[in-house]
Amino acid sequence: MDLLLEGFQQALTPTNLLFACVGVILGTAVGVLPGIGPAMTLALLLPVTYSVGPDSAIIMFAGVYYGGMYGGSTTSILLNTPGESSSVVTAIEGNKMAKKGRAAQALATAAIGSFVAGTIGTVLLWILTPRVSDLVVKLGAPSYFALMLLAFIAVTTALGRSRLRGFIALFLGLTIGLVGTQTGQPRLTLGEAKLADGIDIVVVAVAIFAVGEALWVAAHLRRKPLEIIPVGQPWMGREDWRRSWKPWLRGTAWGFPFGALPAGGAEVPTFMSYLTEKKLSKHPEEFGKGAIEGVAGPEAANNASAAGTLLPLLTLGLPTTATAAIMLSALTSYGIQPGPLLLDNEPGLVWALLASLVIANTLLLVINLPLAPLWAKLLRIPRPQLYAGILFFACLGAYSVNFQAFDLALLLAFGVLGLAMRRFGIPVLPLIVAVILGPKMEMQLTEALAISSGDVSTLWSEPVAVAVYVVIGVLLAAVAINGLRRPTPAPTASGGPVDDKELVER
Amino acid sequence: MTTPSTTPTTRPETERPLVDRAQYGLAAFLVLVGGYVLYDASTLEDGFADQPVQPYAVSYIVGAVLVLLGVLLAIATARGDLPESEEGEDVDLTQGTDIRTVALLAAVLVANLALINWLGWAITGAMLFVGATWALGSRTHVRDVCVGVALSVGSWYAFYVLLGVPIPAGILDGVL
Repeated sequence: MDLLLEGFQQALTPTNLLFACVGVILGTAVGVLPGIGPAMTLALLLPVTYSVGPDSAIIMFAGVYYGGMYGGSTTSILLNTPGESSSVVTAIEGNKMAKKGRAAQALATAAIGSFVAGTIGTVLLWILTPRVSDLVVKLGAPSYFALMLLAFIAVTTALGRSRLRGFIALFLGLTIGLVGTQTGQPRLTLGEAKLADGIDIVVVAVAIFAVGEALWVAAHLRRKPLEIIPVGQPWMGREDWRRSWKPWLRGTAWGFPFGALPAGGAEVPTFMSYLTEKKLSKHPEEFGKGAIEGVAGPEAANNASAAGTLLPLLTLGLPTTATAAIMLSALTSYGIQPGPLLLDNEPGLVWALLASLVIANTLLLVINLPLAPLWAKLLRIPRPQLYAGILFFACLGAYSVNFQAFDLALLLAFGVLGLAMRRFGIPVLPLIVAVILGPKMEMQLTEALAISSGDVSTLWSEPVAVAVYVVIGVLLAAVAINGLRRPTPAPTASGGPVDDKELVER
Repeated sequence: MTTPSTTPTTRPETERPLVDRAQYGLAAFLVLVGGYVLYDASTLEDGFADQPVQPYAVSYIVGAVLVLLGVLLAIATARGDLPESEEGEDVDLTQGTDIRTVALLAAVLVANLALINWLGWAITGAMLFVGATWALGSRTHVRDVCVGVALSVGSWYAFYVLLGVPIPAGILDGVL
């Protein structure tokens, strides 16, 4: 408790409060821009935090994080084209509400629901982080190795429809992670001294998220203007409040546990929350036509799961979403080693972050509700200038890492890879997670085997490790059963008229 | 993994699903990368005595799996597996791929990285912005140039003054 108060003291100094405000505003502004999700917002704003101290930077990051998520839901409600998978469900009812002239209420229930869910999620983090931290410090390298393996398998199998493509992304990421001389000998450096330290994760992330997206959009730029729904000041009537508060709480209950699992992500809980609300609603006829419960629940689930993902990130150093992966790389770039010892080594920093989450959340509500009409205007920014701007800031970000033209060449190369991944439907998340965790996993394996002097059986010598392997086995078995069951309907499904048409016109 | 675990069944020609040939290119790329990783692993020497995991161990695994994935993707493609291209706010998948725009953007990016050491970010950044807007179809050149110059010079000063990080000025050294 004392530590939490100290965290608040640190987060509430005028300077840090200013950084939190800047973070929220920047995060929302960038997140609202079409085509930019929270992960890309963080990746683009990473360089901004380089020269401020770690605590200010982390506090600013918390603001960017929540701001980016709120911005993303604004885009999906007003444009009906979600920037990322976790706001797909919000867009279903949110855009229908907006079309019925209830954009103000949709934005309000999204914002207030996010605030409620984010606050509850943060309080749960306050309670759980120290306890989980105490538990995990006792784990040895074998358990960590197993947990990282689980994170790999989970992000690869849980997302997207094609497991094959998930594994392709995973192993491409592992390949990128191999580059460098961590093991004493240059691996995959192509004889280039600049690659000896490995490839900077900022360059990879910015390239895959920002440059890849810009090139992909350039290849398929929508020439006809999108319909944007004008919005006034967000507000909610008594009836809206009455219909929203339960979905907020239920959404939170779905979101946080799913986010906290090492296999997290917001897709499953947002969808489950939507189904729950549809089933429990007193107005089931409104679903599909703009039911406020269908915005309130999933939006709360989305934010609660975002808070939940911080639990494995802070206690285990395991990122389970793209956004968490970028946060992890930000922590690493300040020389902070995330992992079980983080809370012991950097208690001030962690508690400042946990305190600033609440502050960022509150600022978000205070700043963003009045500013919503302004954010909506950002949606009208002309597309050539928008994507040129994204490329501009992507190059600036990559260049500012080392001030070397070589990094810009890497940026372009990985940008083209990002373009190809979007074209071939290869998910981005497994690649990013693999780039970050791959080298760490090799380190844990080395450590485990060094302690056991080469005896491989040490890998299943800890109960936690065994339990994790069982979970991995169940996951893989489920995937295999699905894969075996698929061949029968697959030919008709994949060769269907819709796919034919899409491919012909591509 | 998906369907390729079973052997492809032969179907009459008329039922043959549409094949996305470009995916063979991706499969070849995977095999190529995997092959290079394997070759690179073979050039590594044994690690030190205190290294229980040899430096080439992970490389061999990753390289071999990449080759395997490439082969699996090729089989899946031949059996009619189609990718789900990513959708987005500004993405219109009903039109064909606009390769010209992508190539122009790539050229702009190459020009930036080729000239940045000589001209410096304050100049190439503006060129990057103007070039990219032009490639993406903007025709408000005067405005684009103004915005581009403001962005690049502004970001140079923002880094220098606010963040205390001097970006190499290139040819403008001493002017900025």
